[in-house]
Amino acid sequence: MSGLEQRIQNAVHGQAQPTVTVLSSLLAVEDELGYIPKEALEEVAEFTHSTVNDVWAVASFYPNFRFDPPAEHKVEVCWGASCHLVGAMSVFKSVLEAAGMEDEGDTADGRLTVKLNTCLGACAHAPVMAVDHHLFGRVTPQSAAQKVIDGLQQDKHGK
Amino acid sequence: MASSFLEIGHEAQLRWQELVAGEKPWIRIGTALCGEAAGAFEIAGDVESELETQGVSALVSKVGCLGLCFAEPLMDVQLPGGHRIFYGNVSSDDIPEIISAHVSGGAPVVARALGYIQEAGSDAPLPDGIPDLNQHPMRIWENRIVLRNAGNIDPLDIYQYVANGGYRALHKALTDLDQNQTLEEVKASGLRGRGGAAFPTATKWSFLAGNPAQDKYVLCNCEEGDPGAFNDKNILESDPNTLVEGVIIAGYATGASKGYIFIRHGHDGPIERCRTAIEQARELGFLGKNILGSDFSYEIEVALTGDSYVAGEESALMEAIEGKRAMPRFRPPFPAQFGLFGKPTNINNVKTLSYVPEIVSNGGEWFASIGHDTSTGTVILCLSGNLKYTGMVEVPLGINLKDVIFEAAGGMRDGKNLKFLQTGGPLGGVLGADSIDVLLDFEILRAAGAIVGSGGLIAADDSVCIVDMTRSLIAFCQYESCGKCFPCRMGMSHLLEVLERICRLEGTSDDLTLMRNIGENMQAGSLCGHGQLGFNPVSSALRYFGSEFDRHISGHECPTGTCSMPRYSPALARR
Repeated sequence: MSGLEQRIQNAVHGQAQPTVTVLSSLLAVEDELGYIPKEALEEVAEFTHSTVNDVWAVASFYPNFRFDPPAEHKVEVCWGASCHLVGAMSVFKSVLEAAGMEDEGDTADGRLTVKLNTCLGACAHAPVMAVDHHLFGRVTPQSAAQKVIDGLQQDKHGK
Repeated sequence: MASSFLEIGHEAQLRWQELVAGEKPWIRIGTALCGEAAGAFEIAGDVESELETQGVSALVSKVGCLGLCFAEPLMDVQLPGGHRIFYGNVSSDDIPEIISAHVSGGAPVVARALGYIQEAGSDAPLPDGIPDLNQHPMRIWENRIVLRNAGNIDPLDIYQYVANGGYRALHKALTDLDQNQTLEEVKASGLRGRGGAAFPTATKWSFLAGNPAQDKYVLCNCEEGDPGAFNDKNILESDPNTLVEGVIIAGYATGASKGYIFIRHGHDGPIERCRTAIEQARELGFLGKNILGSDFSYEIEVALTGDSYVAGEESALMEAIEGKRAMPRFRPPFPAQFGLFGKPTNINNVKTLSYVPEIVSNGGEWFASIGHDTSTGTVILCLSGNLKYTGMVEVPLGINLKDVIFEAAGGMRDGKNLKFLQTGGPLGGVLGADSIDVLLDFEILRAAGAIVGSGGLIAADDSVCIVDMTRSLIAFCQYESCGKCFPCRMGMSHLLEVLERICRLEGTSDDLTLMRNIGENMQAGSLCGHGQLGFNPVSSALRYFGSEFDRHISGHECPTGTCSMPRYSPALARR
């Protein structure tokens, strides 16, 4: 068994809560690996006594699942109405420019994922962004771009 | 062996006295999602290291949200036996002085203080030159029932909850009331669902209570994907024990065997705090077999969903807990007959269930005396947008909406004028500035073309374009349509196309009629509220701002210039 398969199996079999389903198993894999590899679809199908087809139906429905390995860092910009009306679009444009990207997605070097999030939940501090799940409120296009640049720089210097 | 409720209460009181009147000062820092976004975790780290540097001894707690989100990071210092002194918008530079002068030296930094809150039972003199925080515009209208502990107690410590009256309602229900009397208390309160539909809670419960099945479930809905609403997540972060107690009492009153609390995966703060509250309740004997020595046994589990707004719809929610795609079911059969895993089920929103402990403690009549007409109790509003004071307030129903906006929230920032209010989430409705002289009452607000809904209120000033805002709301609804019913799936896409055309100033004179036709089809042909109410953002915007749409279509101009700004949308992942 490969290392990847072992990690998938541990995640799927190690769920602590009583109600174990296709969705809960996929979330467990996502938590462990940050994505759902093909092997996980098979493992989850076997573990939950369903089919790969059924598992794929669920996995493809929820946009939080991705199917290739994640970039090292994730930057999310909130796209909700509260953020929209105080400049979320300009913030997102600025983040894309700092990352050298045209739209949502991963950078070619696999260092960064840039994504819109439907609501990060800190609406009183709009516009909001998140860097690796840590929230930052009242960002400006400049401060948002700086966070992207700082984050990438920090890694280069080995933290 | 589990301790008696009396013993737990005694232990809780001892611990609480140690906190507020013990040897050491107590520092509390607000760390809900709003606090996190403002940098509260960094401030908490700075406070800890500065205490060490200066060699000062103090207790530091990460509490929830006081509601004054605009002032975050928000921390307060309480000297032993004294009152709480709050510091707002705290930066790292403020910490050394607050620690040396106040925590160590006993003299508040008056120039930096936001206000004080008087400690009940303390005879310490009130601080000079610092205002009473309860007189702040955002707090003066409040009546905090669900939020009574928010920002005051450590959400990870059940003893602090018990010391502040927690679990006395469950104890009362189990010792003094039978199942039916508990239900009657909720009925007398007039409590109605706070998830959007405002259906009487006791009536809903009675459907489940009347079902003789062995396995029955109570579901608590904390999907909360609404942009502009954060009160459910905030309750779980600030006082998860209130919700857990509410879910237990709901189980008792309906004769359910198990409760599920349903939260979106990725909301780590609410999930962790809720799980901790459940574990601690189990340790103290408030959950499990023979709760507090009664013959009532009950368990609660946290269930997670992937990203899906429609998963907040009650039948889609059950599908998601079963591990499937979050798509609504046909009804009948209704959940009380055939719900989760085919068992009888009752579904309530976080806020609804969080009222239950105080209703049982203080009696239904007490709750019914608050509010307006058949809209009893309070409403928890999330204030965001271009307002001066953004955050969360719990105010009695029946309050005038204009008082909420111009008094509690301080009106608009930078002296601008209010243009419109987006109410009740993306499926709610827009109210024009001239129409907000209206009472917050489920029926009155609905008649005005808006809804209380999730409690989200997004205020926009006159620099905001209504057409662009409507496009933004429809883009969300389109992205979140689950795709099961084609009138919603295709209707949302079609509406978005038309709105984008109008924003490009390429709209035609037929476009408004076309949108109305699509809207009617969506309403008639969709299984759930997402499609049935999905035209609300457009219809309410047209009702108040028809002329602004006309200027885009006939005049080929966007009066605010917003529509020409760059525009992005998430990838269409659910196609």
